[in-house]
Amino acid sequence: MNIKPTRLDRAVLAINLCLLVLAVLVVIIPLIYVVIASFMEPTALLNKGISLNLADYSVQGYKLILGNEAMLRGFVNAVYYSVAFTAVTVIVSLFAGYPLAVDKFVGKTFFMTLFIITMFFGGGLIPTFLVVKELGMLNTPWAIILPAAINVWNIILARTFFKGIPKELSEAAKVDGASELRIFLGIVLPLSKPIIFVLALYAFVGQWNSYFDAMIYLEDQKLYPLQLVLRSILIQNQVDPSMITDRTAMAEMKRLSEMIKYASIVISSLPLLVMYPFFQKYFEKGVMVGSLK
Amino acid sequence: MFALNIVFTGSGVIEVQETWRKPSVGIGVARRREGIKDKLRFMKSNYFLYLLIAPAFLLTIIFKYVPMYGVIIAFKDFSYSKGILGSEFVGFKHFAEFLNSPNFEVIFMNTLKLSAYGLLLGFPIPIILALMLNQLRKAAAKKNIQLILYAPNFISVVVIVGMLFVFLSPTGPINKIVTLMAGHPITFMSDPEYFRAIYILSGIWQTAGWSSIIFVAALAAVDPELHHAANIDGANLLQRIWHIDLPALKPVMAILFILSAGGIMAIGHEKAFLMQTALNIPTSEIIATYVYKVGLKSGDYSYSAAIGLFNSIINIILLVLVNSVVKKLNEGDGLY
Repeated sequence: MNIKPTRLDRAVLAINLCLLVLAVLVVIIPLIYVVIASFMEPTALLNKGISLNLADYSVQGYKLILGNEAMLRGFVNAVYYSVAFTAVTVIVSLFAGYPLAVDKFVGKTFFMTLFIITMFFGGGLIPTFLVVKELGMLNTPWAIILPAAINVWNIILARTFFKGIPKELSEAAKVDGASELRIFLGIVLPLSKPIIFVLALYAFVGQWNSYFDAMIYLEDQKLYPLQLVLRSILIQNQVDPSMITDRTAMAEMKRLSEMIKYASIVISSLPLLVMYPFFQKYFEKGVMVGSLK
Repeated sequence: MFALNIVFTGSGVIEVQETWRKPSVGIGVARRREGIKDKLRFMKSNYFLYLLIAPAFLLTIIFKYVPMYGVIIAFKDFSYSKGILGSEFVGFKHFAEFLNSPNFEVIFMNTLKLSAYGLLLGFPIPIILALMLNQLRKAAAKKNIQLILYAPNFISVVVIVGMLFVFLSPTGPINKIVTLMAGHPITFMSDPEYFRAIYILSGIWQTAGWSSIIFVAALAAVDPELHHAANIDGANLLQRIWHIDLPALKPVMAILFILSAGGIMAIGHEKAFLMQTALNIPTSEIIATYVYKVGLKSGDYSYSAAIGLFNSIINIILLVLVNSVVKKLNEGDGLY
């Protein structure tokens, strides 16, 4: 039984649809523009804007970007940091979430309070930096992976999930003589694939897209992740000297700099934008579980 | 058999007598002692659980609590050679210096304005978006629209700001339109006048869709019977949205508003820092970017830590304040 819309209702629905289409256009037009611009000769783009003449198109920007050592190294570093960070933070969160979900766990309030206080109060940028420095982790991947790996929100998510697993399962296993270790590894973890997936996706995307920790903790350019390399190309307008072989190349580089920017935006954002629709369900789940608390 | 009998009755009698005689306080002590024993027994047989929580515990202590202790450098003149404990204690010198510096008012107001305008403009949009999406009856259309609206959330802040620079550059596409209409290009990224608008609007562009997810889910939980009943009573679509859908979002709105309002002075440095140019500093310098510059660029650790601490204390006060306000409005349902 559906509600029969009145004429006013129908008008409202039509306006609603128009506005939503408008919102979609506002989101998608800049993205499409970037993709098209990344294939266009900068002079043509400057004078004519987006044209339909095939002669104005070239893949020069992509050639330069893909041949750029810093960019490739940044890509490899970003994969390395993101995978390592994801593994560490997911394991730490799952391990901490499990005891907190056990009803009789002695010290539950102590640990929860300890974790939750850090959500509201922290030492701040400088004291944290000094700790990392004292530990000798400056200019090493550890500085990127460890300090950020502790995420109270993730621990709470994991705990909430574990609480939802029926207790009968672990109790039955206990009766059969299984140890806590076996229960955790053999029963609880295999049931936890959804939460592992959600935590891992968020951790990976977060690390992939971040630049600030790398900027303050890393000095060696060889260690820079993709986002820092992008920052120098897109925002600081620096062209990597390795791209330039001679004078004419330098002039060429300057001419193509806009194209290089557009191409690097496409190349760096493409992996996530292409992957995300397949995982949309899990990302949304993450938002929902997070809101339950 | 006989002995057994005696033991049985004997112990029974003793037990009865004991309970009879002992006042209730004694039982409490005994129980507490039992409780501690139970707890120890639990810890012994489940030490594995403590091994599991150990990494998180250690990381929290090292990277959260040690820095909290390190915050005392805000009250000292920190120097490397002397260490945290050995450095000279100067009390509130750095706080006073910051509060009296000519930068203070500008930076404080920049932070507040950027955040408050962002909240006022940005908060309603995901809600409106969710109410609109909720009216789409075709599941496939709804899903595709959501897919596109959520996408910018996955673009990194570096790329977003990079896009702003190329789009808004004097020779960029936006200025083409501006030149057509106004006759001359506008230097958006180096004009302090435009910084806040660009920051906030690009933020809405990036996150409004994604932030609507939670409201969309809350609307999906609204009982359709309510709409049918209202319809029978003659309520039109707009009235039903106003009187049924919107109230259903109220609890979620309250919580999210507290979180954002509580974090109004905690606005992150990442995007503002990237958008800063030498010329837009008058509006783009906020507390977080200032802490970074003073501390890590100029190496004035103590001064910078003092500003950071000042900021976190404001944040905590704000969170408590906003929570109590929402509690009142929401008939006792706050965040905590």
